[in-house]
Amino acid sequence: MNQVFALVDCNNFYVSCERVFNRRLEEVGVVVLSNNDGCIISRSNEAKALGIGMGVPAFKVRSILENNNVEVFSSNYALYADMSDRVMQTLSMFTPEMEIYSIDEAFLNLAGIGDNLTDYGRQIKTTVEKWTGIPVSIGIGSTKTLAKAANKIAKRTDDANIVVDLTDSNDIDKVLESIKVEDVWGVGLKRAAKLRYAGVETALGLKNADTNRIKREFGVVGVRTVYELRGISCYRLAQNPPTKKTIMVSRSFGRAVDDIEELKEAVACYAARAGQELREEKTAANFMTLFVMTTHSRPYRRIFNSDTLGFPTATNYTPELINYSLNALERLYRSGTCYKKAGIILSGLVPENKIQLSLFDEFDRDKSRRLMQTVDYIKNMMPESNLRWAAEGLSQPWQVKFSRRSHRYTTRWDELPEVA
Amino acid sequence: MEARVDKVYKIDTMKKCEQPLFIADVPAGFPSPADDYEEEKLDLNKYLIKNQAATYFVRVTGDSMVGAGIHSGDLLVVDRSLEPEDKKIVIATINGEMTVKRIRRKNKKIFLEPENVEYSAQEINREMQFEVWGVVTNVIHSV
Repeated sequence: MNQVFALVDCNNFYVSCERVFNRRLEEVGVVVLSNNDGCIISRSNEAKALGIGMGVPAFKVRSILENNNVEVFSSNYALYADMSDRVMQTLSMFTPEMEIYSIDEAFLNLAGIGDNLTDYGRQIKTTVEKWTGIPVSIGIGSTKTLAKAANKIAKRTDDANIVVDLTDSNDIDKVLESIKVEDVWGVGLKRAAKLRYAGVETALGLKNADTNRIKREFGVVGVRTVYELRGISCYRLAQNPPTKKTIMVSRSFGRAVDDIEELKEAVACYAARAGQELREEKTAANFMTLFVMTTHSRPYRRIFNSDTLGFPTATNYTPELINYSLNALERLYRSGTCYKKAGIILSGLVPENKIQLSLFDEFDRDKSRRLMQTVDYIKNMMPESNLRWAAEGLSQPWQVKFSRRSHRYTTRWDELPEVA
Repeated sequence: MEARVDKVYKIDTMKKCEQPLFIADVPAGFPSPADDYEEEKLDLNKYLIKNQAATYFVRVTGDSMVGAGIHSGDLLVVDRSLEPEDKKIVIATINGEMTVKRIRRKNKKIFLEPENVEYSAQEINREMQFEVWGVVTNVIHSV
């Protein structure tokens, strides 16, 4: 049976999430900023039309934003994650197999759905848009790379209802000719520069390239891309993403921090978050790396410092993680230094039911496991309870700023949308 | 005295008698007569939410719908997947403003009707930016 893939991609996802609950934002310029309100990470079409680029630092476009009354939001990840879940849950009804590729993209296996893929795609699109309020673009192709290309075409068409199906297209070459080689899935800027130098400018050029030459220059990965453009499927759906090899929790501070007590709070907070993630994945860590980074204010160089340690026994017990991280911090800390960022990386992850006990283990592992279960349960059931470890501090003056964050409309009882 | 075989019995492999190492830890127990009747616990989520991906909670402010039992501060369960048929209570937006009202379709016209004599119905006209955001399925009211 022939392979058929659809790539469903949410349009301007973070901005679209804001618009679902704030209908006044429809048809006005909207942007969403990254952590600490630093860079622009999502733009409405109106904002794009003003020439505001992706990833641009917000201060560089402040006057454009102000002069055009663009609505500016801090990122609201609680909302975006919940809306992403809803989109993915809706999509899963239309296919036996899908791969969640990112927070706002999924590949669907549509093999055996029938001839009228465009209609089916429209049905998917209408349903997602009705149930979640998030507009999506859909591209269909006989390989994942072609589905990506079809999606690209769908995105740049003005017709909001279009679904692009390349599986029965006779002029597929014409479509590929209109796509720049750097926009082909998996090519990237570096490879694109090399390809252009060799005279390959478009997706069509790459499709017709000599595979031996491509193999010499770019290896088997490059050849796969060529085959995929020719309609020979090389990539299947990665249904089960590999379990995480490391867990990293790291944030920039809201302002420079030089007080070790404040740093300790931040580090304890990241350790607690990392512990929770370990338990969610049912894993335990053997190693911990703590890193700190100073501000970058001339003439001083930015200093990056880190410390890695091994636990006597693999653990996911938060008080233990906090203790070790604070010890590491005391070793790294230099007084009189302004820190901008800290983070914790947990590695050597093992399934929590396969922990090798150390001979001299003095913990009551069973008791600590039950305590963590209780803590996680309370945190999940009552997010607004703000349950936390004392070491995390109360006022947390170092916290990242989300000065323009909208309500967490779907995950907090006290922030639900209001109707009159 | 000479030993002799009196009778030969065939081994019966059909019968089994496994001896458990420990008999169940019920000193004077009698199996609960309710065991056979155990059912799942009642789950309010299942009762209130038919389509999880499309269901949202919304908080009410104001008293325009008290006649329908919807009071200020109440929680509404809203399902976006349902069709806003005539007489349904809906969350609608007019010019970007979210409101809860009863939708009426009469002679190809659409009205949003409050359930409180102090408010009047509103006819939707072409100049308005109008859309139905979702259909209200339940009211949760604390007493």
